Amino acid sequence: MQKSTLTGQRLVAVFLVGCILFNYPVLSLFDRVATLFDLPLVFAYLFGAWGGLILLMAWVVERRSDQRTERSGG
Amino acid sequence: MSKKILIADDEQNIVISVEFLMKREGYTVSVAGDGEAALAKIREEKPDLVLLDVMMPKKNGFDVCQEVRADPAFAGTRILMLTARGRDTEVAKGLALGADGYMSKPFSTKDLVDKVRELLG
Amino acid sequence: MLQGPVVIAVSFLYLALLFAVAYWGDKRADAGRSIISNPTIYALSMAVYCTTWTYYGSVGRAAVTGVGFLPIYLGPTLVMTLGGFLLLKMIRTAKANRITSIADFIASRYGKSQLLGGLVTVIAVIGIVPYIALQLKAVASSYDLIVGYPALIAPAESGSSIFADTTFYIALILATFTILFGTRHLDATERHEGMVAAVALESVVKLMAFGAVGLFVTFGLYGGIGDLFARAMSDPQLAKLTAVASGSRSYATWFSLTLLAGLAILFLPRQFQVTVVENVSEAQLKRAIWLFPLYLLLINLFVLPIALGGLMRFAGQGVDADTFVLTLPMSAQQELLALLVFVGGLSAATGMVIVETIALSTMVCNDLVMPLLLRTKTLALHTERDLSGLLLSIRRGAIVLILLLGYLYFRLAGDAYALVGIGLISFSAVAQFAPAMIGGMYWRGGTRNGALAGLLAGFAVWAYTLLLPSFSKSGWLPASFISDGLFGITLLKPHQLFGLAGLDDISHCLFWSFAANIGAYVVVSLLRAPTAAEASQATQFVDALKTTRPVGSALWRGSADAADLVALVGRFLGPVRAETAFASYARRHGLADPSKLEADADLVHYAEMLLAGAIGSASARAMVASVAKEEPLSLPEVMNILDEASQLRSYSRELERKSRELEAATGELKAANEQLLEVDRLKDDFMASVSHELRTPLTSIRAFSEILRDDPKTALPERERFLGIIVSETERLTRLVNQILDMAKIESGNAEWLVEDVDLNSVVEQSMAATSQLFRDKGVALSLDLASSVPLIRGDRDRLMQVVINLLSNAVKFVPPNDGRVTVRLMADNDSLRVSVTDNGPGIRLEDQAVIFDRFRQGGDAMTSKPTGTGLGLPISRKIVEYFGGKLWVESEPGQGASFIFSLPLNNNENGTNE
Repeated sequence: MQKSTLTGQRLVAVFLVGCILFNYPVLSLFDRVATLFDLPLVFAYLFGAWGGLILLMAWVVERRSDQRTERSGG
Repeated sequence: MSKKILIADDEQNIVISVEFLMKREGYTVSVAGDGEAALAKIREEKPDLVLLDVMMPKKNGFDVCQEVRADPAFAGTRILMLTARGRDTEVAKGLALGADGYMSKPFSTKDLVDKVRELLG
Repeated sequence: MLQGPVVIAVSFLYLALLFAVAYWGDKRADAGRSIISNPTIYALSMAVYCTTWTYYGSVGRAAVTGVGFLPIYLGPTLVMTLGGFLLLKMIRTAKANRITSIADFIASRYGKSQLLGGLVTVIAVIGIVPYIALQLKAVASSYDLIVGYPALIAPAESGSSIFADTTFYIALILATFTILFGTRHLDATERHEGMVAAVALESVVKLMAFGAVGLFVTFGLYGGIGDLFARAMSDPQLAKLTAVASGSRSYATWFSLTLLAGLAILFLPRQFQVTVVENVSEAQLKRAIWLFPLYLLLINLFVLPIALGGLMRFAGQGVDADTFVLTLPMSAQQELLALLVFVGGLSAATGMVIVETIALSTMVCNDLVMPLLLRTKTLALHTERDLSGLLLSIRRGAIVLILLLGYLYFRLAGDAYALVGIGLISFSAVAQFAPAMIGGMYWRGGTRNGALAGLLAGFAVWAYTLLLPSFSKSGWLPASFISDGLFGITLLKPHQLFGLAGLDDISHCLFWSFAANIGAYVVVSLLRAPTAAEASQATQFVDALKTTRPVGSALWRGSADAADLVALVGRFLGPVRAETAFASYARRHGLADPSKLEADADLVHYAEMLLAGAIGSASARAMVASVAKEEPLSLPEVMNILDEASQLRSYSRELERKSRELEAATGELKAANEQLLEVDRLKDDFMASVSHELRTPLTSIRAFSEILRDDPKTALPERERFLGIIVSETERLTRLVNQILDMAKIESGNAEWLVEDVDLNSVVEQSMAATSQLFRDKGVALSLDLASSVPLIRGDRDRLMQVVINLLSNAVKFVPPNDGRVTVRLMADNDSLRVSVTDNGPGIRLEDQAVIFDRFRQGGDAMTSKPTGTGLGLPISRKIVEYFGGKLWVESEPGQGASFIFSLPLNNNENGTNE
């Protein structure tokens, strides 16, 4: 993993995005008594962002590794 | 009968000095000022020895030497090459083309005379 | 069916199942078919992070703070994105150095310091004890609840004797079970594959049980997620829980908890154990990076619904929110589900306790007890041959001790806090490892003293601001300690240290402890340069991910005896294992017989690594030193070795780039070489030409001199003629040498130019006068066609005359005698003056027109007689003209004569534009 610096940079980017999404002030935008799809707004936001982040991580990590296998096979 | 020597050189002063030397040694001397003249004189006079300068107008010494050696009729003609471009490659080239000897300018007159004697002896 | 015996029987059955799985896992590992090499199992084992705190406590916290329980899981999620760097580095470093615990990691990094390893162990044990107490409390209270069915509130138990206390027995049972799991092996160095497999299974069980409760509450007790939230939102009190709660204090807490949890996932001893020590291959990490956060998301999905459901269902009944997960099914008479929940909670607790105490016992044994024991003479001498049994006993004793300490804390302070509160105290303690760990992995300058100072300072602040108040809250210390501060000094109030108010307890502790910890670590580290031992370890840790780095053996010098080493390793690993290990080492080095091994630096390093796995790096270093004579390396020597290694590294990195550059350079070189060859050839030609031009007159001079010397009787007229030739050839030689020098001066830019206003008319006239004798001698007519007056130009009069004279003497050389004609013209146009010299000679062949301006290239072959002259006249003339910004060229048709023309610009200010 450490060799593919692109993967590393992508993961750091995901980390930074996560830090911003899960903290003040972005968090405060959703921090009020309201609902979204019958769910409390902040609850829906946090779990939505969290799931999105995990998808992103899986995509970055797994996708990159496929490419590397191809390359090392060639 | 004395041996015949042809001096082929385009430098007038050199010709004068060599002619003087050869005559003093008792040889019969003729002179050519360029490559073509030299070939003509060789065919005409059949000299025993040619003192052949390399850098001559019209035809250089190497070409003259090559043509002479290509003609079996002149197999007995000795050729001593003289050049002012005393590089090893030129020496090798001259000898490869069939010259019998090689002298660099400026030469010692004694060496030249000795060499001529040796070739004609 | 929820009577005590049934619950106990189910619990033991479940534990037996776990044990069977562990046994199977170990068997598979022994057979070489590791089950835990599966990356999913690896990711699930990391979920040991979710303890009863998560299982019961999250709901309790959600019932008070709404989504405030989430930072504990968002922090680890964020850290996992960095797993590719941080965790990978930890894993690789640990494997390279046979590191088996976080204490060992820190001790090893700072020069294999026993003191540091001991301090980390003490902090870890003290910090983790509340966390273990939390598990005991959760299991005990859930047991009390479930056997008290159908009551929803457990009877108060405090004050009863230890032997009537469920919690005490639970602690003993867990200790026994942990010993079975973790120290079943006779050798203490193996990883615990079976334990990991069991922990992974427990992770599945607790997720399923929690999910089952969540589904039951959401869809069984309420009409789905929308219905549940809609009812909760209609209550203003509950609706508040769906927001983080406004105010900067909440966001500060939110941030602190995120940071704390993110550090905990790295530095909790049990996380270090499953993530780093038990890691089978680095490839596993890839899936864990996203699968572990996904697990965290799933197990938290129903926390808020369960909390809201419980709050609505039990409104006003005084049911503890920490128990909602269990009491909700019980209240609905779902006995089976309640039992499943209890088993899930048991899973969460046992998983945590087993892994945590194994990790802690390793630290206590390797970094606390062994160093002390090895100092006492009885053990240091070779009295006891096999110490591997002793190692296991120490670990077993440590496990029991740690669990009893947990129980003690539970008795002293357990009731004062909710589950989460206790857990956060532990998180804050392990967070103190962060500066020494992260600094150690990325900063070479950190020293042992710095790490010691940082850890001590951080730990002291933590103890003062969190641990002691927890005793105070439970009445074990006076309450005035919290309300009035130590000795009644307000500035020393543990929750408002130095008057810092406005933060919650955890954020407050985090701020002060980190300030003290990081400050002390950095400042003390900077007080002195790292020692040789620190520098060599620092490089191994900081450069762990780089491809080439110095192996440990490069940094050892000394002498040892192979048999001593085998015996030493045998004492701690057991003789059989030691011999197997050395035999395989010998095979790798191409030796059939291990007894022929040479005790070189490699072997010593290998022995130390084997020992490090068993007793920790610091003790291993001390043990090896007891049998091997080490010549300590000085700091400059270590630096040299490290420099070489880092040079090697940068070489290899640059090699690729260099080879690309080389390819390009090769192409350029080829072109340059061809150019050089051409230049060389030209230079050779030039030298040969110069040689020829010098030798020719020398030949005549020498020949005539020798003639005159050898024959003094030469006739007088001949003598005079010969002497005349010598003199004229000498003049020729002089001319030639002058011109060569002239040429060289001009070309090298060293020529002197006397620049003034020049009338070109007069230059031409004077030149004609200078050469008139030549014309008269040969009977050549010279005519002049001058413009009446021309502007003055800047130039060197003598040099320009040199050009005109050269052109004139060339012309006269080539025209036929007697009817030769040469015409000189001077014309002016708008911006230049032009001089032409035209003759009626044979002309110059087109192919010769270009080369006659080259040095020693005379228009030769076509002419009947060799031209006199040096062959440098025209090249020099051209240089002069070009120096003044002009041009010199020839126009000619064979048979029609030739014109040499030069033009000079009028506005050529001063001098050469062509320098």
